[in-house]
Amino acid sequence: MSIVLLGKKIGMTRVFTDKGDRVPVTVISVESGTVVYKKTLEKDGYESLQLGFADIKEKKVTNPQKGHYEKAGVSSKKYLKESRVSKDVFEQYNVGDVITSDVFGKGDFVDVAAKSIGKGFAGGVKRWGYRGGRDTHGSMFHRAPGSIGASAYPSRVLKGLKLPGRMGGKRITAQSIEIIERRDEGNIIIVKGSVPGPKGGIVEIRKAKKKLSASAK
Amino acid sequence: MDIIAKIEQEQCKAEIPDFNVGDTVRVHTKIIEGERERIQIFTGTVIARSGKKANETVTVRRVVYGEGVERVFPLHSPRVETIEVVRRGKVRRAKLYYLKEKVGKRARVKEMKQ
Repeated sequence: MSIVLLGKKIGMTRVFTDKGDRVPVTVISVESGTVVYKKTLEKDGYESLQLGFADIKEKKVTNPQKGHYEKAGVSSKKYLKESRVSKDVFEQYNVGDVITSDVFGKGDFVDVAAKSIGKGFAGGVKRWGYRGGRDTHGSMFHRAPGSIGASAYPSRVLKGLKLPGRMGGKRITAQSIEIIERRDEGNIIIVKGSVPGPKGGIVEIRKAKKKLSASAK
Repeated sequence: MDIIAKIEQEQCKAEIPDFNVGDTVRVHTKIIEGERERIQIFTGTVIARSGKKANETVTVRRVVYGEGVERVFPLHSPRVETIEVVRRGKVRRAKLYYLKEKVGKRARVKEMKQ
């Protein structure tokens, strides 16, 4: 596990690489995380860093929350997010320390998780890629799911059958996406390809689980 | 939104040569073959310009051995070295897609008189 930072999806565009390829990119503004609390083995049963993101007015938080922030000596935060980290990283940071987007560098691979855009109640064509039937030439089969199973045996619909239903609005992780560029101004990172969620949505960024960064190899 | 605009602005070349639809141009493109890098020139008529700012592209058409060839170049790509204008054309359309259906003498564009 590694440090998780929150960010805001700004939007997409495309950039030219050094080679001259034109790649689609997503621009994310990364929030700096302040260590609000350290969960310890003795007290909490496991070790983790609790990070707070985005300052808010003190009157916006409840009294118990206020006490939590005051104990740490940090200003009130809008979001709290735990990061399960390795022992050495855990010891590296103290309460009150600020972790910035520096932990990610150009060329690193990251996983970006967010809640995807809700599509509402979607049919089989949109939700599962069913091909549907033809629209014209007397066709009476358009976008319906079609047969959902046999009759007497098994006399039921098999579990897990792909049918219409709620689509989107789930937590999705885009894995192993490359950081094309990082700029300090505004804590911006530019990643290759798309990222779940709407523009302005909150995303979680962490080092890629399945792909080592070029610098770490 | 302005961050995106700024990033796109940075992608743009400082200057792109002045040319219009209907002009005959020579597009110099960088080709990387293994280690070597060379310049390839594609000559033809500009039949369309589309997109804005960093995403602007130009479609160039020519007829090679009786076969029409069209190439789309992103104007701000670092692979596009320069674009020379060979001849100014006089056209009344923004897109010259009608040229695709014409052959021989009909597939010409009048020259702009100075």
